[in-house]
Amino acid sequence: MKVLITGIAGATGQVVAMRLVEAGHDVFGIDRRSWSEAPDGVEMHKGDIRSRPAEDVFRTVQPDAVVHMATVTHLVARSEDRYRINLGGTRAVFEHSHRYGVKHVIFVGRHTYYGAGPESPLYHTEDEPPMVTSFPELADLVAADLYAGSALWRMPDMTTTVLRMVYTLGPTGHGTLASYMRGPRVPMILGFDPLFQFMHERDVARSIETVLRTRIRGVYNVAGPPPVPLSTLVRATGRSSFPLPEVAFRFALGRFGLPKLPIAALSHIKHPVVIDDRAFRVATGFEHEVREDHAMRDYRDAFPVVEN
Amino acid sequence: MAAFVSREVERRIEALEIPWGPFGVDPYGVSKRHLAVGFSLVEPFYRHYFSVKVLGGDNVPARGRGMLVGNHSGGVAIDGMMTIASMFFAKDPPRLAQGMVEKFMNRLPFAAMLTGKLGQFVGLPEHCIRLLEDERLLMVFPEGARGTAKLYKERYSLVRFGSGFVRLAMRTRAPIIPFAFLGGGAAFPTVYNAVTLGRMVGMPYVPFTPYGLPVPLPVKLEVEYGEPLMFQGTGAEADTVIEGYVEQVRTSIAAMIERGRSRRENLAEQVMKQLRVGGPRP
Repeated sequence: MKVLITGIAGATGQVVAMRLVEAGHDVFGIDRRSWSEAPDGVEMHKGDIRSRPAEDVFRTVQPDAVVHMATVTHLVARSEDRYRINLGGTRAVFEHSHRYGVKHVIFVGRHTYYGAGPESPLYHTEDEPPMVTSFPELADLVAADLYAGSALWRMPDMTTTVLRMVYTLGPTGHGTLASYMRGPRVPMILGFDPLFQFMHERDVARSIETVLRTRIRGVYNVAGPPPVPLSTLVRATGRSSFPLPEVAFRFALGRFGLPKLPIAALSHIKHPVVIDDRAFRVATGFEHEVREDHAMRDYRDAFPVVEN
Repeated sequence: MAAFVSREVERRIEALEIPWGPFGVDPYGVSKRHLAVGFSLVEPFYRHYFSVKVLGGDNVPARGRGMLVGNHSGGVAIDGMMTIASMFFAKDPPRLAQGMVEKFMNRLPFAAMLTGKLGQFVGLPEHCIRLLEDERLLMVFPEGARGTAKLYKERYSLVRFGSGFVRLAMRTRAPIIPFAFLGGGAAFPTVYNAVTLGRMVGMPYVPFTPYGLPVPLPVKLEVEYGEPLMFQGTGAEADTVIEGYVEQVRTSIAAMIERGRSRRENLAEQVMKQLRVGGPRP
C-alpha cells in the first residue's frame, strides 16, 4: 500500500515511517524539515503541506492512505503559526486526499483535546466535548481534531480515522511530556500530583499500523499502559522533583531554567488528562507492548541525568 | 512502608482486591503507600477515640460493585472517614469504600492530591458509573453539602435526598446498601456555619462548635449497614418512579437512625440513672 506521511521528519514520524516500511508499505513523506538519513523505501518530499508542490505529491504519488502527523504544539510554534500549520495544514491534507482519491486518512491528534481541570472526570471517552476554555493554546489543535472529524460526514466515500493519542515517551525523547521531563529537576506544583498517561513510540507506530490494516472509521482514543502519577514518573526516569507553590511557579516560569509555559498549561500539571481507550482496543484488537516502567526506563537510559 | 504502619494495616492493604500497577498505584491513581499511611493514622481514632461500632457489616457484598448510601452526621468528614475505616477494619477481606467528594476539594493543593491517592474522587456521574462498572464499592451521601451543614439540634434528621444515585445504581445494576451513621453530630456539635468565611477560603462554609475549635469530641460512633436494595430498571425512568425508590432508601436509613437513637438515648438514660442513684440526691 502507498502511504503518505505528513510531518514524517519528526521523531515520532520517523518511527512510524520505519515501522510501515518494515510492514511492507511504500512510504512517502512530506515535511518542511529534511530527513537526511531516511531509509530505503521512504521517498522524501521537502516542503510545506499547504504549498503547491505538496499538492503535486498527492497528484503524482496517488497514495492509498495518508497519515497526518504535521501538527505542532505551543512548545514549538507561536499562536499565528500554529493556526496556519494545524488548521490550514489539516484542511489541505483532507482536501487533497479527497480530490486525489485517497481511500483512508488518519489524523493523529492528541489526548489533551479533553483538557485538564478540577472538575473534569478521570478517563475521558470519545463522546465528551473538549474543554478549550481552560487552555487557549490548545484551541487550534482542538479545532483541527473537530475539523478532521467532520470529514466523516463531509467526505463519506473516504475512510477517516481521528486518533486522540496520549503523550509519547521513549528513547527519542520527543513530545510534550518528554520535553517537560528533560532537565534533572522537574518542576511540580506543590500539593498536586496528577496522573500522566503515555505510551512508548514503538507502540505509537504499532497502533498507527494497526489502524491502516483494520481501516476503522471514526474517532478513537489511543493509549498504552495505565497512567502513573507525575512524582512516580519523575523518580522512575532518574530525576528529582522540584515542587513550587503555584504562585511561585507562575512567577518562575521561563526563569531559573524552568520551561516557558503558557499560564493555562499549569492546569495540565495540576490535574490529569486520562483517556479511556477501550473502544479502540475492541475495534482493532490492539494491545500495547511496552509497559509503563519500561517506557520510563528507555527514556532514562536515552536521557540520563548528568550531574556537574 | 512507613515505620508506624502496623502489620494489621499492611495485611489488610494486601488483601484489598485492587489491581495495583508496578509502582503500587491503581489505574485511578489510588496509592497503596498512601492508603497504608492513611489507615494507620485513622486506626487509633476508629478503634479508641470514637470506638466505632459496626452493625450489619455482612450486608455489604464481599466483592463486586455496590453503593453504600448513608446520612451525613457531623460537620467535618468524620462520617465518611469512619465509614471507610469500618469497611477496611471490620470486614474480612477488607474493602476500600470510595467516596464522592465535593468539587471544591479538587481545587485545593494537597486536598486534591490526597483525596485522589486515597481513592476519593470528585462526585461526578462519570466517576460513579466507571467505578461501579469496575466492581468497586462506592460511598454516597445523597444529602450532599446540605447534610454536612446540619446543626447539633438537627443531628438525627435527614435533609432532602438527591435522586441521581438511584439512577446510577439502576443503570449499572449495582445494589444499594443503606447505612446509618450515628454520633457524628454529637462528636462535632455544629452550632453555626459561617458561609461568608467559607467563601473566602474556597469552601461552602466553615462550621463552628460551641468550644470554638474545629476538633471532634471523643463520642462513641456507630455505623449500621442495612439489607441491600436492588431496583430493577434502566435508570431512565420518570422522576416519579425514581422518587419512590429514593424514598425507600431514605426510609430504610431513617428507621436505622431511629433505632440507633433510642439505643443511644436508653444508654444515656441508664448512665444518668446510675449517676442519680449513686449521687447525693434525696
